[in-house]
Amino acid sequence: MAEIRNYTINFGPQHPSAHGVLRLVLELDGEVVERADPHIGLLHRGTEKLAETRTWVQSVPYMDRLDYVSMMCNEHAYCMAIEKLLGVEVPLRAQYIRVMFDEITRVLNHLLNIGTHALDIGAMTMVLYTFREREDLMDVYEAVSGARMHAAYYRPGGVYRDLPDRMPKYEVNKFKNEKMVRELNANREGSMLDFLEDFTNRFPTYCDEYETLLTDNRIWKQRTVGIGVVSPEQALAWGFTGPMLRGSGIAWDLRRKQPYEVYDQVDFDVPIGKNGDCYDRYLCRMEEMRQSNRIIKQCIDWLRKNPGPVMTDNHKVAPPSREAMKTNMEELIHHFKLFTEGMHVPKGEVYAAVEHPKGEFGVYAVSDGANKPYRLKLRAPGFAHLAAMDDIARGHMIADVVAIIGTMDVVFGEIDR
Amino acid sequence: MSAKLERLSQTLRDVFGNRIQSLVLDRGEVTIEVSAAEYPRVARQLRDHADLRFEQLIDISGLDYSAYGNAVWEGKRFASVAHLTSVKHNWRLRLRVFADEDAFPVIDSLVDVWPSANWYERESFDLYGILYSGHPDLRRILTDYGFVGHPFRKDFPVSGYVEMRYDPEQGRVVYQPVSIEPRENTPRIVREENYGDVGHG
Repeated sequence: MAEIRNYTINFGPQHPSAHGVLRLVLELDGEVVERADPHIGLLHRGTEKLAETRTWVQSVPYMDRLDYVSMMCNEHAYCMAIEKLLGVEVPLRAQYIRVMFDEITRVLNHLLNIGTHALDIGAMTMVLYTFREREDLMDVYEAVSGARMHAAYYRPGGVYRDLPDRMPKYEVNKFKNEKMVRELNANREGSMLDFLEDFTNRFPTYCDEYETLLTDNRIWKQRTVGIGVVSPEQALAWGFTGPMLRGSGIAWDLRRKQPYEVYDQVDFDVPIGKNGDCYDRYLCRMEEMRQSNRIIKQCIDWLRKNPGPVMTDNHKVAPPSREAMKTNMEELIHHFKLFTEGMHVPKGEVYAAVEHPKGEFGVYAVSDGANKPYRLKLRAPGFAHLAAMDDIARGHMIADVVAIIGTMDVVFGEIDR
Repeated sequence: MSAKLERLSQTLRDVFGNRIQSLVLDRGEVTIEVSAAEYPRVARQLRDHADLRFEQLIDISGLDYSAYGNAVWEGKRFASVAHLTSVKHNWRLRLRVFADEDAFPVIDSLVDVWPSANWYERESFDLYGILYSGHPDLRRILTDYGFVGHPFRKDFPVSGYVEMRYDPEQGRVVYQPVSIEPRENTPRIVREENYGDVGHG
């Protein structure tokens, strides 16, 4: 009989299914994992320390670069923390815009997650479909902020500007002739909201397509059902949030339980799983996308009917309009003070959390009254999830580790910070 | 919401009495502070007491108060701040504990109470040098292998002390003292209280 040896292998940091820069040291007994030790920090940029040396507003773009697949949700938590410290009210229209973009972000995130998770465990086609829809949503990001990903669109006190009246259009070039361009631009003739509404009408059909590819797929089920099972008690003890917690059957969603912005005004359901395995979490994410689609629809309706300001008129926090700044002395002073010294945030400490697509994303901000944060701690959902890697992966086969990483939805921008 | 917070603070007072050093209700959040000696016992009770039931440890954050405000900081320097959530009662709590010694900050570990404390405490140890006694595996987590110092302490410069480059002569990566000049584009200013009076626009 052959001699049986234990192996210790490095999984990553350059492994395509390590989702970025995860270095996982696996101790194996044959193909069975005996211990998984994630080494993180390869993407550590010291965001929290950098934020201590920047004014409050200057750190908004850093937030995009935390979880770089759900950019606006990170900004949201950060802006909410500042607003809570300041006691500033956000205009209602801005709240609806934020909710709408949070849900767009959720769809973006889940599309990437489901697409790449399927790719990792052998369903090649999925990612092609999900990236097709991500393209449309990133065009929406681009239309409001000018950037496809790192938007910096939410600002303390509201959002940077109102929704645009038109969508950018494709132009004829040597790869696209006039007929192609006309087809591509067909749903881009109206405003951004028209384009988005067209998307929400198409999206349920796309979800059905994904489900045909995966939900009853025998191979997909073999790779996910019963893999990475987390009991509700374990999920709580390990600090899981988001789909990782709901997949285990705990109905906990901050949008419902501790509503912020206008989540108590919109109608949606919170899906929960039963078995706490990778498959249930996949189903949760799938249903969450459909629910997000519902919320986006309701926000579009409201935003169409209710024009109004999107930024607080408190000029100690938000800059005055360009025109007012040029004609009014006081506004000029506000403008100057804001852009040289930045806003002053009163002494105190707050913790603001949003239901990020991956779980609870929290910002713990401590201010000593300066124009910069004294301490900023970012609570990343993926950090807690990855911390439980050792316990979840133990006893699984090495190929299942890939499925577990996929279902945890790890993104190293937020874990390493 | 505020009635609920009142109820939470009353329960906390009833359960812990003078074992909590301070209880602050500010901006819709409850913060309690305990001594380092009481910390693990209070944490366990917070989890197990039927009227509190904080099942989840959401976050632990290290804090270095040495540069707080304009004046010289008089109190203890290092704190560990835990954020707790109760899924059952749907409320949150912030639990702060200061380390007794500034030169050698030690705080008891919460890993036995909430397993999720594991990585948060490693992070806090890595970045602030707070030692969590009773932690099973207190290694560095975010910084590089072989890193020296605790980068989030207020006396640690943002640019750090060493930089890394590839040395073509030796044919390997070498560490050398940083060549970056420290600079501050916007100075840090702490104004008097109510400066600008944000509340009234």
